[in-house]
This record gives sequence, C-alpha cells and structure tokens, in this order.
Amino acid sequence: MGTLETQALTGQAPPGEAFLSLRNVGKVYETPRGPFTVLENISLDVAEGEFVCIIGHSGCGKSTLLNMVAGFTKPTSGEIHLQSKLVTRPGPDRMVVFQNYSLLPWLTALENVALAVKAVFPEKSPSERRKIAMEHLELVGLADAAHKKPRRLSGGMRQRVSIARALSIRPQVLILDEPFGALDVLTREELQEELLHIWREHRVTVLMITHEIDEAIFLSDRIVMMTNGPAATVGEIVDVPFARPRDREAIGEDPHYFTLRNQTLDFLYHRFALSSDAE
Amino acid sequence: MSVSTLPKKSRLSLDVVSLARKNAPQVVPVVVCLAGFFLIWQILCGAPTSPIPAPLRIVSDSQLLITRPFFEKSDQLKDAYTRANLAELYNQMPNQGLGWQVLTSLRRVLTGYAMSAIAGVGIGLLIGSNIMFYRGLDPIIQVMRTVPPLAWLPIALAGLKQAEPATIFLIFITAVWPILINTAVGVQQVPQDYRNVARVLRLNRFEYFWTILLPSAAPYIFTGLRIAVGLSWLAIVAAEMIQGGVGIGSFIWDAYNSARETGISDIIVALVYVGIVGLLLDKLVFLLGRLIVQSEA
Repeated sequence: MGTLETQALTGQAPPGEAFLSLRNVGKVYETPRGPFTVLENISLDVAEGEFVCIIGHSGCGKSTLLNMVAGFTKPTSGEIHLQSKLVTRPGPDRMVVFQNYSLLPWLTALENVALAVKAVFPEKSPSERRKIAMEHLELVGLADAAHKKPRRLSGGMRQRVSIARALSIRPQVLILDEPFGALDVLTREELQEELLHIWREHRVTVLMITHEIDEAIFLSDRIVMMTNGPAATVGEIVDVPFARPRDREAIGEDPHYFTLRNQTLDFLYHRFALSSDAE
Repeated sequence: MSVSTLPKKSRLSLDVVSLARKNAPQVVPVVVCLAGFFLIWQILCGAPTSPIPAPLRIVSDSQLLITRPFFEKSDQLKDAYTRANLAELYNQMPNQGLGWQVLTSLRRVLTGYAMSAIAGVGIGLLIGSNIMFYRGLDPIIQVMRTVPPLAWLPIALAGLKQAEPATIFLIFITAVWPILINTAVGVQQVPQDYRNVARVLRLNRFEYFWTILLPSAAPYIFTGLRIAVGLSWLAIVAAEMIQGGVGIGSFIWDAYNSARETGISDIIVALVYVGIVGLLLDKLVFLLGRLIVQSEA
C-alpha cells in the first residue's frame, strides 16, 4: 500500500509530456461567506488510451474536476493540458457523456448523433454524416431505434445514444460523469461491457466518474480516489492489474480482486469516511 | 417536425347509434347545462317588461342578424321593407350583417397581432439572450405592460391622427407584452444541459439558434402568442366601441345607442359572435402551436 501512496504523490511526468495532464489544479468558489475551496492541488497524468475511473463520496468535487477537464469551468489555480495544449474551453476533442444524457428531446436518436457529426465534421456531405451517425448507433445496438425520439427510449437506450453521439465525433478523451448511475443493475452491467468493447476498438482515452467500486475495478486501468471535500484532492491512485479483455466472473474470483476492493473500501469508508458512514 | 397526433377517427361508420353512445359522455353534460342556462335565463327575463330580453325574444327580435350574417343593405332590401311598411325599421338597421362586422374586426386584430408577434418574438429573443438588454429594458416593459389597452387610445389617436391605424396600434401594444415576456423567459429557460451540448460541440450561433434555442423556447413563445390573441380580441371590442365605424365593437355601441327596440337583443347576438370568434382564435393559435412546436413524442 505504501508504494501506491507514493505513486500518488510523485511519479509525475514533466508538464507537456503526458497525454492528458492536470497540474496542481484547484477550484475556489467565491461565496457571500468568503472563498470556498472545492478542490485543491490535484495533479494527475493520464496516458493515451488509458481508462481512468475517479471515485469518491458525493460532494467531493468529482464533477467539478471533470467539468474543468471538459472546459465548462476554469480552474482557479493550476493548468490542464491535453497533448500539450492548454484547456481553456469545451471542445469536441473532450466529448462528454452527461449524467442525464442531455439528448435534445425534439430530435430523433439519429438526428441527435448527426447534429454532433455535423458540428464537428462540417466538410462531410450530409449523406456521409448520416452514415457515420448510423454506424455509431449500430455500434451501441440501437439501429432499430434510430428514428425514435428520446422520450420513447428507455434510460439505458438514451445513455447508449449519448455514448454513440460522443464516439461519433472521434474525441481524444471521452469524459463520462456517472453515466450508469440511473440505470438498473442488468442494464448497467451490459453497458459497462459495451463501453469496454468500444474502448478497446476505438482506443479512446476515458475519464469516468463513478461511485461504484466494482464498476471502477471492472472497467479501469487506474482508480483515482478522492479525499472528502471541501478542499478535496487526490488521496490515492491504485492500479488495476487484471488482463484484458476482462471477464466479470473471473475477476470476481481473483484473490487480487479482494485486496483491491478492500483497499478501496478502506479508503472510502474508514480513512475518508463521511461522518455519517463512520458510525 | 411531426404533425400533431390527433386521435385517429375510426372508419366513417354510418352507425349513428354507436357514435352517439361513444360521444355521449362528452356531449350530454354540455347539452344539459346549456338547456339549464337558457331555461333559467328565460324564467328570469321572460316578463314583457324585463330590460334584458329572454332567449325566445332575442330569437324573434334579431332574426335577420341570426339567420343572415352576411346581409348588406341594398335598394332591393329597402323596397322589400318599405312594401311591408317597415321602412322605419329598415332605417334603424345596421348596414351590414354581423359576419361582415366580425371580419372587419378580425382584419384589424390580425394586422396588429401579426406586428406584435414579429416585434414580440424578435425583442423577446434579444432580451432573453442578452442580460444587458434584459436589465435595461425589463423595468420599461414591466411598467408598460400594466397599462390598460384603452389608456393607449388617446395617445394613439393623437400620434396617428386616424382611427384605423390607431386601432391597429392599440392591438399591437396590447398583444406585444405577453409575447415578448414569454419569449424572453423561454430563451432564458433553455436547460443548461442543452447549452453544454452546444458548447462542447462548438455549435455556431446559427446552428445553436435553429437546433437548440428556438425548439426549446417554442412552447413558451406559443404560450405568449395564445395569451396575446385573447387579449387582442378583448381590446378590439373596447376600442371599436369608442371609435365608431364598422366592426363588432362599433356594432354593439351603435345598437345600444340606436332607437330600435331590438337593440339589446342585437347586442346579445353580437356578444355570442364575439365569444365564439374569441374561442376559435384561441383554438387556432393552440393548434398552430401544436403543429409547429416540434413534438417530443
């Protein structure tokens, strides 16, 4: 465990070398009662094609962190670089799969995806764009529902459309904010496997928030555990060494799984337990 | 964009009984209440001395207005009345049937309403999307919108000199506020989620306007348009009552001031026209909204 902790504190590549690098990133909100520090001193390097999960209690500023990577809000200190370029505003190179899907309700599934394709590849012809959109709906198994509006789709299907939309524009980083939180267990596991499959095919870099320990272990290469807010920061980073492609049952039986799980649980429920959880 | 999904009518069946049976729950209460309403009215106002005529008297008094909405005074009609020794009644009659009066009023309303729709949506979009315009114009709007429509009439007449444009201005100034305010609110209410989608995809202003802002604000805009059409119709009757000339409002005022005994009956018939046209206008804008607002189903 000691080695893992040192990894969290050191082992940073010099700025500009990592694919995605967060350097001493902090966020302070001005409130009527004075400044409120949400996040401070967050440093993290993500390699190209890596799958990183961020885990932590609610209110620890996980979403704020992803919003800064996406560019929706700016860090009040520190810098975020993607391929040595400073992140200053949202852009399709860091596409977000939003927690509540954020599909436009007046467009069909296909039109929602096509809108993104059109915005990012304006030089392509309408038929080409439509084809790309359709391919990505097929990728998430929604070809049949292409002409349905979001209201007529289930939660899981909406999230698939949202993922298809995100992938259709070939982002360098895919940002997912608790994407499966609102789904039932079966749908969630199904979508996790689809996401892994797509990730393997596309070799896209993934940054994902979750509060499910098992989800993080099944999906990610590394789990970033956040300390509690206010002034939350990266508490610990653990490597998930399981070979890919992963099999849920095989992982469940692997002795290393329990070590990992206990380590994560220990972090979240003992060392950084919420006061109500501690009792 | 999809056409509104009205319940599909079953095959045109000649089975009147089953049709009646199916619609009975909707139709029967309406018929019963209408019958009760007319009955009570007839009882209350049935006395020959009653200042307000009862339904049966209205039907006999205003036969011409009820049966011939599009009559026009003509020499032919005059001769017919004279021959029947009703020359005096002919002279007291309005020049045109209620259908024409209503159409004249409608033309004014639609002119003023169309202008207010263009201006209201335009300015609403502007102040909804720009906080500085909003801050600057909101106090003015909040004061102006509380001014009763008729209070504008003297100013409109003073400024525009003629009755016709003054009336149209009155409709405009009555209808523009609900359209403007609802449009602005609709723009401000575009959910942050949709804005974020636009930001991450870097949609240009044009795409944002057509694919996100307008569809998202459309239900609000149509709420404003629907309130406005009702207010316009309220205002036109009042404005025409003061101004005279042709139009349903003028008709009511003339009938009140005329020497003819059937004046009050004529007014009540005119009120029925006003009510039905107002209802139709409201339904029309509602259906238009359903047709244009992009369906989410």
